[in-house]
Amino acid sequence: MAQAAAVAKPPAPPRRRRASATPRRLPYLLIAPAGLLMLGFIAYPVISVFYYSLQNYNPTKPWRNGYAGFDNFVQIFTKDTQFWDTLTFSAKWVVVEVGLQLLFGLALALIVNQTFVGRAVGRALVFSPWAVSGVLTSAIWVLLYNSQTGITRYLADLGIGSYGTSWLSDTSTVFPAAIVADLWRGVPFFAILILADLQSVSKDLYEAAEVDGASRLKQFWHITLPHLKDAIVLSTLLRAVWEFNNVDLLYTLTGGGPAGETTTLPLYIANTSVDAHNFGYASALTTVAFVILLFCSIVYLRLSKFGGDQK
Amino acid sequence: MITEIAPAPERVASEPARRPRGKRPAWDEVPRWHIYLPLSVYLLFTLIPFYWILLFALRPAGSTSLVPWPMTFDHFGKVWNERAFGTYFQNSVLVGVATLVMTTLVALAGGYALARFDFRIKKAFMLALLCTQFVPGALLLVPLFEIFANLRMINSLASVVIAETVFQLPLSMILISGFIRNVPFSLEEAAWVDGCNRFTAFRIVVLPLLRPGLIAVGSFAFVHAWNHFLFALMFLSDQGKQTIPVGLNTLMSADSVDLGALAAGGIIAAVPVVIVFAFIQKWLITGFSAGAVKG
Repeated sequence: MAQAAAVAKPPAPPRRRRASATPRRLPYLLIAPAGLLMLGFIAYPVISVFYYSLQNYNPTKPWRNGYAGFDNFVQIFTKDTQFWDTLTFSAKWVVVEVGLQLLFGLALALIVNQTFVGRAVGRALVFSPWAVSGVLTSAIWVLLYNSQTGITRYLADLGIGSYGTSWLSDTSTVFPAAIVADLWRGVPFFAILILADLQSVSKDLYEAAEVDGASRLKQFWHITLPHLKDAIVLSTLLRAVWEFNNVDLLYTLTGGGPAGETTTLPLYIANTSVDAHNFGYASALTTVAFVILLFCSIVYLRLSKFGGDQK
Repeated sequence: MITEIAPAPERVASEPARRPRGKRPAWDEVPRWHIYLPLSVYLLFTLIPFYWILLFALRPAGSTSLVPWPMTFDHFGKVWNERAFGTYFQNSVLVGVATLVMTTLVALAGGYALARFDFRIKKAFMLALLCTQFVPGALLLVPLFEIFANLRMINSLASVVIAETVFQLPLSMILISGFIRNVPFSLEEAAWVDGCNRFTAFRIVVLPLLRPGLIAVGSFAFVHAWNHFLFALMFLSDQGKQTIPVGLNTLMSADSVDLGALAAGGIIAAVPVVIVFAFIQKWLITGFSAGAVKG
């Protein structure tokens, strides 16, 4: 009775309070699972990497463990030639890979964006390596580069390359060989993203341009490319970070060899921590890699004026 | 009078003339060979590697024939039974499906919060999501290993599922919140007025519209977990717990590589993702273009 009266008297306030009380806690409840997972399995590991980078920490040599100050970093920048070698290779790898993937991906997206007979099948086939893993890509290209039974043997029959050594074990051919293998899988990624973005170009713009007598090249340059700019900037950045960090392909395809020729910085870090158990030093290397990545990303976004002039 | 009538038919005539041109923009007038020639060249580059692995998987060991004839399935039987690919396959399916379910559910909840609410830490949370994209999972192997060792989850598939989910989450959540933002909020409000609570309204009104996006995000998570190699390699040392990519790597790093077995293992690794891919290919492009975060 009293309850009913209380509700009846001021009908609006309690209801409004109920309606707003739930949403105030609700968003936090909804992001809690994701937030906790990321705190526990990304934020905490990152912090512990920063912490270990200031330590001597090697489970196999416990007597040397302890606070090291900036010793690890001094070592990296002044004495560690392998750090500079692998960093240079990483840079070369990322720039060549992302540049070529973008170029071919863009061309491919423009082609399969046309209407032509067999488009659906063509798209499916051209995009299919996207789904293939780094390890499987390695397996496939190990078969192709096999010096006895691979396709390179048949190329040698035609006078391209030589018999005997696999392209993957020759220091002069391993770089292009690995690049091609990774392109095979990487181009579809760009093609898919750019094709998706091409769907939203207004057809009216092309029509207007055509009425004005603009050539197809001019239409591409003045309509298509500006429209794609943000998507290209974002996808190249994400891809560059991904190519820098990803070790699946090179780890299984070349193992960083021959003679350390294809060791990227992350591969070097993995070797330092997994094989040499030098966790402290590996953590310092990780910190440096992280800072370099962050710095390059910010510079890249600034230089490309991402999301800027279009508004 | 006459001058007034005269332009009218002309305008009528010009309307239908312009419409077909609207349907078929200038791009469509590209000469056919400009399409088919580069496409065929690229298709060769794409398909020869696939053909090559199929060839090795199907022809008898030691054969140098360029067609898989006489055909044999010995390599498959050998890899599946002797090299434990049957077990690996089972483990990979478990990891893939569990990652898919976990990623989609957690990202759906978070994505909904980001799309539909303004709350105090939203900006910071979004920024954190973006930052995770720069955190290399491969470089966190050691601390992650220690965490899972403390949780006594080393050698359990759960460790891999959690690690894969965590690294899939940020992008999935950003994409899903984009999809949800594309569904007009008024639809949900209309359902509330009709007496649905927030959850029912979401389930009945919003969820069906999210289907293409969720398919894209979910299959992305599955393919990623199915393909990823490093976490499984590090966290699962027991051979009975390992996944297909680890099995492939073992075949590849053997002293004398059994090429037929490697090829057959590769085909086994490829089949599920190819099926998923064939199924989602169409959704992928619409899904990505709908989820694009703009402005």
